[in-house]
Amino acid sequence: MEKHRERVLSLENLTIIFGGLVAVNDFSLELYAGDLVGLIGPNGAGKTTVFNMICGQYRPTQGRINFKGREIAGLSPDRITALGIARTFQNIRLFGNLSVLENVLVSFHVSLNQSFLSSMFSLPSYLAEEKRMREKGMQLLDTLGLAHLSQEEAQSLPYGQQRRLEIARALATHPSLLLLDEPAAGMNPQETRELMSFIQRVQDDFDLTILLIEHDMKVVMGICERVAVMDFGVKITEGSPEEIRNNPKVIEAYLGAED
Amino acid sequence: MTWVTFFQQLMNGVSLGSLYALLAIGYTLVYGILGLINFAHGDVFMLGAYFAFFMIAIFMLPWWLGVIVGIVLCAIVGMTIERVAYRPLRDAPRISALITAVGVSFFIENLGLVTVGARPKGFPRPDLMKNVYILAGARIHGVTLWVPIISLAILAVLLFIVYRTKMGMAMRAVAKDMEATRLMGVNVDRVILLTFALGSALAGAGGVMWACKYPQINPLMGVFPGWKAFTAAVVGGIGNVVGAMIGGFIIGVAEIMIAAFFPSLTGYRDAFVFGILIFFLLIKPSGIMGETLKEKV
Repeated sequence: MEKHRERVLSLENLTIIFGGLVAVNDFSLELYAGDLVGLIGPNGAGKTTVFNMICGQYRPTQGRINFKGREIAGLSPDRITALGIARTFQNIRLFGNLSVLENVLVSFHVSLNQSFLSSMFSLPSYLAEEKRMREKGMQLLDTLGLAHLSQEEAQSLPYGQQRRLEIARALATHPSLLLLDEPAAGMNPQETRELMSFIQRVQDDFDLTILLIEHDMKVVMGICERVAVMDFGVKITEGSPEEIRNNPKVIEAYLGAED
Repeated sequence: MTWVTFFQQLMNGVSLGSLYALLAIGYTLVYGILGLINFAHGDVFMLGAYFAFFMIAIFMLPWWLGVIVGIVLCAIVGMTIERVAYRPLRDAPRISALITAVGVSFFIENLGLVTVGARPKGFPRPDLMKNVYILAGARIHGVTLWVPIISLAILAVLLFIVYRTKMGMAMRAVAKDMEATRLMGVNVDRVILLTFALGSALAGAGGVMWACKYPQINPLMGVFPGWKAFTAAVVGGIGNVVGAMIGGFIIGVAEIMIAAFFPSLTGYRDAFVFGILIFFLLIKPSGIMGETLKEKV
């Protein structure tokens, strides 16, 4: 089944070394269009570091990152975002003092090509474009059920809504690959259930491939079709949620540690 | 003191304060985004006056055109400073950038001394600025009247840019979280460059108006206004645009009033302004409008 789907992301032998510490070692993973893949592992396993390399925040010491047939390792984060990769953060990093709508509008920059000078000299067309962006932003918020909060300051939203807004903000960059870093962290069971259906709906509506870091096993087992497990910077196994659940290596490294 | 003299002095204070406000914006914008005190800002202010002077006196441009060209050149200088001096140090410790800023300031001042000389030049003023108006019985100089009006118009445009345009939105986003902004696809380097352009253009406009007010220009004319505007930015809450404006007016009015109410203390007016700076740093270092920042991890 996966054979005829487009390969979206391929990580080949990624290694990154900070000083003497090998944070991620020889990590490979492939994602196909429409995948919802989970990336799990104990704290400090290097999951977020993998995200940081994909997004261009870190440059891998070795290895290749191929996004839709293009080598992206070493590109600047804004270029990578423009190519269609967006992410959220483990600790919420919204622009707290900006309004909910503005948080989304910042991301529309990618699709705005008008330069500052030309906007100074053709005010009417600039204002028209701004208005169009605001409408598009409202549309997006509406789809995600945040429209009624558009004028609120982002930092004043309840926690679950802030998580949702982070996803909205990422979606505003028009990604084809979405990286979610612990979206359920700090959520109560009710919020978590809502989040799971939210992620699935967003994936369908926006035609996304999703890579997800998560500690909450209910989320991972509930919505991921495939799971990769990391420990000490190394991928120890990959497979369906059932295979992972029953893999002794995983139980030892991760699930076992919880019991 | 009669009502008329008070009104006259108040106008003087507001006029001076509006120039501090224009200049303080540049400090606060850059600090908000990079956490850097751009000590060269006062010298860009000086360059604004000189650029306009050369355009008008040497290249014989009409006054208004010379001023506009001067302001545009200031914006270019501001962007050049960022590109050449500050960008390579973006990830360096703060103290390196700070020392570099002092270095850029000395460089511009001394470049001015070497090229145009220390002898002050007479700045050409348009008639508008030379007129004397009678307002509510008080005699108000053209500069005193027009400088705050023009400044307020510029400040209104600035507020529009910062709070109503996508560029301003990007600036506020970068100030909040530079890396997250980059990850939302924004070309952060360009936003920073334009921030410097904007701040420097305001400084240039301020420099020209300062030269209309005190029509003797010299390469060190930016030093004291720069420090006082920096004081204004701190008083208002550095990083906060509205705060910088309020701080500018407070410093301007306070400076004039100390001289008006206590003529014997006129010689201490600079000391008084810096006394306000020390007072705020001790009592309320976050300034009038500033929020207490949590250290970013």
